[in-house]
Amino acid sequence: MTGPLLAVFRAQFRNLLQYRGAAIGGLVTQVFFGLVMMMVYQAVYAGSTTPQALTLQQTITYVWLNQAFFAMLPWTPDGEVRQMMRTGTVAYELTRPCPLYGLWFVRAVALRSAPALLRSIPLLTLAYLFFGFQLPAGGASAMWWIFSLLSALALSSAITVTLNCSLFWTVSGEGAVMFMPALVMLLSGLSLPLPLYPDWLQHALALQPFRGLMDVPARIYSGAIPPVDAAINVAGQWVWCGAFVLLGKLMVSRGIRRLSIQGG
Amino acid sequence: MSQIVAEALCKSYQVYERAPGVKGWLHRKVRTVHALRDLCFRIERGEMIGYIGPNGAGKSTTVKILSGILVPDSGECRVDGRVPWEDRVAHVSRIGVVFGQRTQLWWDLPIIESFDLLRDMYRIPEKDYRPWRDMLVERLDLGSFLHQPVRQLSLGQRMRADLVAAMLHKPALLFLDEPTIGLDAVSKLAVRDFLRELNQREGVTVILTTHDLDDIEALCKRVMVIGDGRILSDGTLAQLRGAVRDERVLTVDLRNDAVVVDEAPARVVRHEGRRFVLRFVPEEITSTELIRRITARYEVEDLFLEFTPIEEIVASLYRRHREGVA
Repeated sequence: MTGPLLAVFRAQFRNLLQYRGAAIGGLVTQVFFGLVMMMVYQAVYAGSTTPQALTLQQTITYVWLNQAFFAMLPWTPDGEVRQMMRTGTVAYELTRPCPLYGLWFVRAVALRSAPALLRSIPLLTLAYLFFGFQLPAGGASAMWWIFSLLSALALSSAITVTLNCSLFWTVSGEGAVMFMPALVMLLSGLSLPLPLYPDWLQHALALQPFRGLMDVPARIYSGAIPPVDAAINVAGQWVWCGAFVLLGKLMVSRGIRRLSIQGG
Repeated sequence: MSQIVAEALCKSYQVYERAPGVKGWLHRKVRTVHALRDLCFRIERGEMIGYIGPNGAGKSTTVKILSGILVPDSGECRVDGRVPWEDRVAHVSRIGVVFGQRTQLWWDLPIIESFDLLRDMYRIPEKDYRPWRDMLVERLDLGSFLHQPVRQLSLGQRMRADLVAAMLHKPALLFLDEPTIGLDAVSKLAVRDFLRELNQREGVTVILTTHDLDDIEALCKRVMVIGDGRILSDGTLAQLRGAVRDERVLTVDLRNDAVVVDEAPARVVRHEGRRFVLRFVPEEITSTELIRRITARYEVEDLFLEFTPIEEIVASLYRRHREGVA
């Protein structure tokens, strides 16, 4: 006997762990991209004479962490929620004895954690054994990294729910959420580690929400953000997470009102 | 106090219409569709009610309002003293819903795990849950596929599993929307038996929306007919029959060809080979008198007497309603 939301999370999580085929496919893709990026950075660092914000070792570790937790990024709304919105059956979600926001949030947590967990462990093991992925910079860095990774998961889930909610207005899930992959890719540090962007951009990059998804945990892990500065960075993740939760809750209640006035 | 009170419920939707071509692209027309107009009814605890009407009459709008999904434009509605949409979470934990077209089970989970998940969602104590679930599982004979995921089940199996899912938290009120749609005869009978027993033994109030009037005949004492957002008729099946001209149908199978049955005031409405279907009004000629005359005049192989099918009664109610409106 557990709480309703915890039970939904567990069921969803276990369910997602079944997709081993997708995990293996994802693993192969991510290893490939990781290797390509690693070689590009090796070439760039070899040709560069000025010192960079990250060392080559830190960059390579950053790249592998990105690849490992690729599935954790909030690319799109929850597929099942999208399906429900399209067919109009989302109204029936309201016959569950749970608040809709909580229900969708725990679904999102499962959606963003299970596939990432399946992929990250084998990928990081491989990367550690063969491709220059390093262990955390120290015990304190490791602790802060785990904490910050969980915060990134919460942030990613909160963003996912707001994406779900946007479907109340756009229905098909095209349009408003189309630009999400581009935003996420550029601003989380996936396509290029954020410290390697030009200096004049650094202030703006430090303030935007998507950095909390990947850049913060990866830099804490490699020691590029030392443990003394970790707390403020994690706090930044939580501020954004709180903002998205508030936004999502507002959107859910507006969306329900709209749904219950217009019909399913 | 009645378990369900609906007073003057009104609900309308905005529908967007677009003319084809450039004109429609530039300008779209908004039309208001009135799904419910001043709908009123009361339902007592332990009733089993058939709620029928053609597509678009307002059936599912009503069910959605009663289950707290939809907010009416005006009017009052109380279920167990609660306003469904205001107190949604508390309300839905006292009702069960089965929508025939859609499952509330988790597609990829074995159904037993779906049940456990519902136990947690409804916070059902384990000691209440297990014996009750086992009873339901046995009663609807789910034992052989309890560990299969929903996506692998046949429609009949899924429907039975959905019924169990809707009953796990012992709701006082059960909404069923087309619960026998697409089921084979055996599954249909099993579902009906189960519903009857549930209603009688546990006193669960059941509201059954359906196009299958056999379900209604088999289960419901009271029938509400909705058309055009209003209740057109509300009463027992006998009263519904009485609302239109009470006709009977007599099917006669003759023993030889080439004989034509002609027995006024009964009318022959169909004739296929040796079979004649006659309609008559009992006030003009009683069934016994008609049968006596026919068996005296013709060599009869078999006879079959029935009421007017409900479909026809309902259809004539609509016709009358439309003519009244026009």
